[in-house]
Amino acid sequence: MPDESFVGRSLPAAGPFQVGREKIREFAAAIGDASPLSRDLDVARAAGHPDLVAPPTFSTTFTMPLIEAFLRDPDFGWDYTRMVHGDQRITFHRAIHGGDELFTTIHVDELRTRAGSHMLTLRCEVADAAGEPVATTSSLLVTQA
Amino acid sequence: MSTPQNAAKGDELPPLRLHLTRADLVRYAGASGDFNPIHWSDRVAGLAGLPGVIAHGMLTMAVAGRVVTDWVGDPSLVRSYSTRFTRPVVVPDDDTGALVEITGTVADVTESDGVRIARIDVKAVFDGKSVLGRATAEVVLPG
Repeated sequence: MPDESFVGRSLPAAGPFQVGREKIREFAAAIGDASPLSRDLDVARAAGHPDLVAPPTFSTTFTMPLIEAFLRDPDFGWDYTRMVHGDQRITFHRAIHGGDELFTTIHVDELRTRAGSHMLTLRCEVADAAGEPVATTSSLLVTQA
Repeated sequence: MSTPQNAAKGDELPPLRLHLTRADLVRYAGASGDFNPIHWSDRVAGLAGLPGVIAHGMLTMAVAGRVVTDWVGDPSLVRSYSTRFTRPVVVPDDDTGALVEITGTVADVTESDGVRIARIDVKAVFDGKSVLGRATAEVVLPG
């Protein structure tokens, strides 16, 4: 049974996650994204970007491991082995680039139990080293009650 | 076919047809850091009540998003992207994999402060059924 007292709380900011060029290239290749802006530094810079541009769902590479660590924490009481991903929202305040150093704060927004399932909404606020907002992600995660 | 510069409501984006194979799932697991065994072990997928190994929802979301980024030409123009995961994509252990067909439609175009933003409805179909629900991206249209 998940601990409802976590709802409304946020975890300490985690980071910095350093966005590496090779990680962007690896992720772009894994999703079959052929954009030269995510692969070729000269093309990205010529288009006015400071470095390689990460594909839109790249933030999962650093938010999901943080979410997994939280959900595997026995204090929260979540059954990670039976979890499914219900929905995902990503809002960009700016694009993520190679060389960014990012900090992620997990917020436990909502926990509902309905029809035999626990439904948990976790929001990640991603900011850069200057504290400027980069992305907001929200994940609905579901496990059996 | 619609171009981003003159996009209007109702325009269809160039569709994508792609096959997700077990090798794609392994590559995505490594790139994303999501090593949940339901995405590579038939045994664990079966224990979880699944018909077989399934693709990561985030992989399906990512490949479906290519219909938008390929069209607009620059991933930094995406303002938001959201979806529900309504059905799993079951990926067989063969050389062909699972066929996923992706389409995108311009739902509307709005303008504020001289910036034109298109809302794109994205559909992803596997085995005759939609696997993403209410998948929507907002993109800034290039001038």
